Amino acid sequence: MNQPLTLTAAQKAGPKATVIALGLALAVLVAMPLLHLLPAEHALHVSAYTLTLVGKILCYAIVALALDLVWGYAGLLSLGHGLFFALGGYAMGMYLMRQSAGDGLPAFMSFLAWNELPWYWYGTSSFLWAMCLVVLVPGVLAFVFGFFAFRSRIKGVYFSIMTQALTFAGMLLFFRNETGFGGNNGFTDFKTILGFSISAPATRATLFLATVALLTGSLYLGFRLARSKFGRVLTALRDAENRLMFCGYDPRGYKLFIWTLSAVLCGLAGALYVPQVGIINPSEMAPTQSIEAAVWVALGGRGTLIGPLLGAGLVNGMKSWFTVAFPEYWLFALGALFIVVTLYLPKGVIGLIKRRGE
Amino acid sequence: MKTVPCSAVIDGFDPTGGGLTRDAIGLGRVAEKGLDVRHGTILSLEDINVSFDGFKALTNLSLYIGVGELRCIIGPNGAGKTTMMDVITGKTRPTSGSAWFGETLDLTRMSEVDIAQAGIGRKLQKPTVFEALSVFENLELAQKTDKSVWASLRARLSGEQKDRIDEVLETIRLGQSRHRPAGLLSHGQKQFLEIGMLLMQSPQLLLLDEPVAGMTDAETEFTAELFKSLARKHSLMVVEHDMGFVETIADHVTVLHQGQVLAEGSLQQVQADERVIEVYLGR
Repeated sequence: MNQPLTLTAAQKAGPKATVIALGLALAVLVAMPLLHLLPAEHALHVSAYTLTLVGKILCYAIVALALDLVWGYAGLLSLGHGLFFALGGYAMGMYLMRQSAGDGLPAFMSFLAWNELPWYWYGTSSFLWAMCLVVLVPGVLAFVFGFFAFRSRIKGVYFSIMTQALTFAGMLLFFRNETGFGGNNGFTDFKTILGFSISAPATRATLFLATVALLTGSLYLGFRLARSKFGRVLTALRDAENRLMFCGYDPRGYKLFIWTLSAVLCGLAGALYVPQVGIINPSEMAPTQSIEAAVWVALGGRGTLIGPLLGAGLVNGMKSWFTVAFPEYWLFALGALFIVVTLYLPKGVIGLIKRRGE
Repeated sequence: MKTVPCSAVIDGFDPTGGGLTRDAIGLGRVAEKGLDVRHGTILSLEDINVSFDGFKALTNLSLYIGVGELRCIIGPNGAGKTTMMDVITGKTRPTSGSAWFGETLDLTRMSEVDIAQAGIGRKLQKPTVFEALSVFENLELAQKTDKSVWASLRARLSGEQKDRIDEVLETIRLGQSRHRPAGLLSHGQKQFLEIGMLLMQSPQLLLLDEPVAGMTDAETEFTAELFKSLARKHSLMVVEHDMGFVETIADHVTVLHQGQVLAEGSLQQVQADERVIEVYLGR
């Protein structure tokens, strides 16, 4: 870890090239939902499949960015970020289920012969309250977990294992029908959001644009944090926590802040993922999902903010292609990719681009 | 905490300052407090005992450091020098005994962070700097300022603070390398950077664990000059094996052996002491 990881691609490849690349990417992402609104016969029409796929990848990119903030800067490798993503998704899903159920109970509850809503479902028919839950549930869980973990000075691999256990426990809990979140089927069959049909092109386009806005906002926030003194303290914390304490900084507050912020970003990404993809179930909390997120960050280059976005895009793009072309080989390809990155690209794709640029 | 009108409050501190505030998670902390040193003693260790699983690292250790003093601590390996520094900085809690900073701050009850903010700076045995950050940024993080999360989010360097960093860069002779990542510095330069970081903290008491290890002769000489010039404004406790270096800087030497003070006095005095020769100098 003796390399200046805080140097961003922007500083190395020249700020101009990065700004142009980012601008182009943003223009394409804004154009896509607009082209989706064109009639289906039009040559430039973007299909609902493509739009959903890209929207899904963008949600994953936000997770990658959030994970980079805690792993790349503060050195906390979380193998449980899928939990925060899924919780945000479930909070949004509760609202969508209430929308499609109207005045009745959500369908899965009727199957279980329940007569009334569990207490934690109250108020979820309100979009505003659902949005509050999207932020509060992952945020409060991360805060409480982080408070105790950082107070006990748990770090390194022990911290990673605990986050992994946390998401696994969450998955087992949500698999149970009695938990009241639809068991292993989760939530699906959504119909409307805020009264608009969820499959209408205009709704899809709006959700997509909201995702692009969240991604851009998160990236901006990440850059501001990384360049502030706060970001430098995080880097210092990652490399020499003892030294930082002898300088008079209390690492706990710093870790807790970035950890909670990261969880909230994941929750928001999950909330945008669910209406676009149309389903949320406990498999989103599976440990492998969270590990895959770490692969995106490592592949893109941690501590670079832009790298993890590329990583999430590349891996998920490959995944959709592989699962169509050679479905049985995807996991081998993912494994091989991770090995190659670890052995030959310690600083990820961004590191490779930088080296080319020099 | 009781506040007494006192004459010996060290530079720039508010003599009417109250006790240290404890913040559960360190999100909003008030840093500055006055240090009461009216008896001229900045650090008092009394009957300190530390044992690890039955092994007694420190036994009834008592030691006093005066304001503005430069004290060298010598002793063979395993004498308890680093453990003593751990006790002072709050890393290790003594099983019994008391440790006071000034007259009123009980170090055995304060957290590591509180102790650092109260004005005790420590240089570790192995040079430890923030390798991914530049030399300038290392000094920036170390400077004496509000170190809470909220303050860091909004922090901007003032002209005065920049000047102070430049001044320290000049003092530690790293002006040329200000934008280099600290990880690329040589071993000796890292030692100087760490000393510079201590200066930025402007602590009243500096604990330095083998500061000249791995330095060239010229660097060692320069360090000696630097420490002597610091001694008037700060109190220093230096652990060192290099006898030549100790001879140049120390007015007072304490010899530790098996967790106890074996001898104390000028270097000539302790070098003449029979017991010291037996355990340490006359190998």
